[in-house]
Formats: sequence, C-alpha cells, structure tokens
Amino acid sequence: MRAKAGYVVGIAALAVCAVIVHAGPSGGTVSGKVTYEGTPAKQKPIDMSKEPSCAKQHATPITTETVVTGPSNALDNVVVYVSAGAPDESAPGQAAKYEQKGCQYVPHVLAFQVNQTFEILNDDQTSHNIHPLPKINREWNRSQPPGSAPISEKYDKPEFIPVKCNIHPWMHGNFAVLKNSHYAITEGEGGFSLAGLPPGKYTITAWHESYGDQSQDVVISGNETKTISFVFKAKPY
Amino acid sequence: MRTMNISKLFLGIVALLVAPLVVSAQQGESHIGKVSGHPDAGRHLYFRYCWGCHGFHGDGNGENAPYLNILPRNFVAATFKCRSTPTGTLPTDQDLFNSLVRGFNNSNMPSWIALTDQNRADLVAFIKTFSPRWKTEKAGDAIAVTPEPKLTLESIKHGQELFQKLECWKCHGQEGRGDGPSASTLTDSNDQPIRPYNFAAGSRFKCGSTNEDLYKIFLTGVDGTPMPSFGDVVKPEEAWDLVHFLRTLQVNHKSPELALWESTKEGAEQVASRKVKGTPTGGGIDQ
Repeated sequence: MRAKAGYVVGIAALAVCAVIVHAGPSGGTVSGKVTYEGTPAKQKPIDMSKEPSCAKQHATPITTETVVTGPSNALDNVVVYVSAGAPDESAPGQAAKYEQKGCQYVPHVLAFQVNQTFEILNDDQTSHNIHPLPKINREWNRSQPPGSAPISEKYDKPEFIPVKCNIHPWMHGNFAVLKNSHYAITEGEGGFSLAGLPPGKYTITAWHESYGDQSQDVVISGNETKTISFVFKAKPY
Repeated sequence: MRTMNISKLFLGIVALLVAPLVVSAQQGESHIGKVSGHPDAGRHLYFRYCWGCHGFHGDGNGENAPYLNILPRNFVAATFKCRSTPTGTLPTDQDLFNSLVRGFNNSNMPSWIALTDQNRADLVAFIKTFSPRWKTEKAGDAIAVTPEPKLTLESIKHGQELFQKLECWKCHGQEGRGDGPSASTLTDSNDQPIRPYNFAAGSRFKCGSTNEDLYKIFLTGVDGTPMPSFGDVVKPEEAWDLVHFLRTLQVNHKSPELALWESTKEGAEQVASRKVKGTPTGGGIDQ
C-alpha cells in the first residue's frame, strides 16, 4: 500500500512539474502597436537606370523607404527597445546579416547588440561600397565587389547609424546598435512584443528614422503582459 | 646604520612621488622619427595657428569654418583622410605629421613647412588630446607596402583591367576626369558635395604625390569621403599594377608610366586626344 501511495505521489509530482514547465516563459511582456497620425510624406519611385543590373531586378521601380506604413495607420521599421531598467548584455555569438540586393538594403533597419558581429553581403552584380555614418562609433568605408566575401564588423557603443552606398545614392539603411537583447522592429501591422522581462521599472523607447524617438515607462511585477502604444506625428515632407 | 636606512627610505619616497610625473610626461607624447612632441608645447601653437579653422574645441567649428568649402577636420571624431592604417582606425603619428607638412591639396589646409619639426611634433601630440579615442585605442597597424616592381606594359594593362573590374570609373569616369555616372551625387560625411579626384588635371593627390602615396590611398580609403578602402579586394602585387595604370590617366603630369604608355601607338593616340593643347596663357587652345 505504501509503495503504491509512493507511486501516486511520484506521478503527481511529475505532472505538476510538467505543468510548470509548460506554463510559458518567465517574466513579463510589454507589447503593443506603433501607429502614426497625419499624412506621411509620399515615397518617391527610385530611378535605377544608371545601374541596369539592379533596375531589371525590379518589375516596378521600388520607392524610397523613409516612411513605411502598414494597414490601419501602422508605422513600420520602428525600433522598439528597452532603453533603461534592463542590465547591459554581452553580445550573442550569432552574426546579424545585412544584404545588398537589387541595390537595396535588406532589411532597411538592422538591429543588433553592442559588440555583436554583423555581416554585410553583396548579392548584386555590381560593386557596392558600404559606408555607415556613425557619430559616436568609428567611421569606415569599404568596397565590396560582387562575389567577394561577406564583410564582418562590429560596433562597441550604442548608436543609431545611417548607412549609405556612395556609388548608388538612393541606397539608404540604418543600423540600431543596442545595449541588450530586448528589442523588436515593427513591420506589417506595426505590432511589437518584448518578452522575458523580470520584475522592475523599464523605459521603452520607440525610434523611427524620420520621426525621432518617444519613450514610456512601464512597471512589470510578475508574468503579466503590459500593453502600450506609440503614436508618431507624421510630417507631409 | 639607522641614517643609511632613513636616507634609503627618503630616496624611495622621492622616487614614488616623481614616478607618476615621469609616466604622465610620457603619456600623450608623439614620436616621429627621432623627434618627440609634447601636448603642452603644442597647445600654444594650436591656439596661434590652428584654432581659427579647427575651433576652440578641436571639432572643426572654428570662426572660418562656415566660409570653407571642405570643412576643417573634426579632431574630436578622429576620422582622418590620409593614413597608412586601415579604414576606421587611428592614424600613426607619422601620418598626422605628414599631413601637417604637405597640407591638403584643393582645400584651405596649408602646408605648415614654416614650422619646425619639433613644432609639428608638438602639434601632433596636442591634436591627439581632443578625442577620447586616443586613450582607449591604439593607432592601426600600418599596411604593408611591398617594394614596387619593375614598370612594364603588362603592369599598366593589368591595372586597366582592375580599373574596370573594381568599377573605379563609376565615380572617377573612364578617363579619370571625375565625371563618372555617380560623381555628381557624391557627398562627404559632413553632407557636403564632393567631387572625385580628376586624374586628367594632374594635380597632387589629397594625400601626397608619390606612387607609394597613391598605393596607400586606395588600400586604406580616404575616411570621411566617398572613397572606400579596397584593402579587402586588392592584393599587394595587383596594387602596384593599378598605380602604374592610374599614372597613365594623369595625361598632364610627366611620369615614367606616362612616358612608357605614350611609347605605344595606342597610348600615344589616347594621350594626344586627352591632353590640353595650347599655351598656358590661352593661345592656341582648340575650342
């Protein structure tokens, strides 16, 4: 009888453990949407006739990407991140990838951490020069002909860095060099979700390349999900 | 016995007090050949000769800066055009010294040959105090400059192939006149319009006038401008071929490379069609 009771207790303990394991990630979540109000500037089509090898990759010309929007006034390419309240984290081993494809930077905004390696690839049949323009980090400028190896680099200070190619003046992108792993970039419907936040007071900042940045404070006490929203004022120019 | 111990103790204490002074005097020094420069000596020279353009804080915002086409160097950002070190790294003391001696062609930065070597070394030491990068980073490793091989027509032809393959013509143009398809849209890192170097005009390069200077320019890039570093893609033996070819684009500047190129039929025709004809006073120029 005692042995049987022991088995029952043991199985019950295992079941409880299973429930705990499947309860979900620990820590709270901050999620929400980024939208805009007003009329954003019209994006202009890009004339790539000076680079035929890229022009023919686009059936219809692509447009500039200074403001990218989604359905229901969603604002895309916004970097939402924890700017205060979370400790600085050491860089992950995996490299972030930045591609030059069809004479365009993919993704338009690349976010990675301080001292994390990022790799730049040239998928086109033309040379590009990769020229980030930091004000705090070191400025460098490297040529990358087609078929050459990816360029590996990293930055040691947090900063938002515009990136350009001097040969193809329409190419614009951004690097977001961040201090911790709590970040997301909005796309499509403009939603973001920052999970795994231990209890504490956090400052969440949303940054957009044309509209600047906004911050809000959020307090996480347990495993709850707090919903916040950011609304940017669009400018018609 | 006691007096000996006390005097030893005294000397020890003096040494301890003096040592930091000696160490701090060595920090921030510049070393160019046999000359050592000191920031304290450079300070009064900077505020006599340099701050009108480069500014009170060394950030390029001097009184004259709003009137200058190419803006004065911002020493706080520590991005320098003319280096022997890879793109994005700090220049050596010798690089900064050479910039002071040469000045910068086609800009407002004059050649400071009127100053002594000691003055210039002191200025280099002082300029390095403007940016915190000098405290945390060492200067880059100077790139290896291999000995220049013999000048041959094959070298020039191979350089021409490289000029096409590396797409230099996109900015510099097929004749090197700075009129390539991308030339008119170029801006430097201060968002000011900037033109690529015009080889056909034959003026001195931004960072010197010798073959070795030209070699270093495209292997380290001209930081702060659209000119990138080709250090990842050009091998040292190829680099000299490119140097030899680029000299043949300088049709108005005498060089052994141009003379060799002109000795061929193709070269003679090409140079004749590109060279400016007529006298310096304007007589006889074909319109």
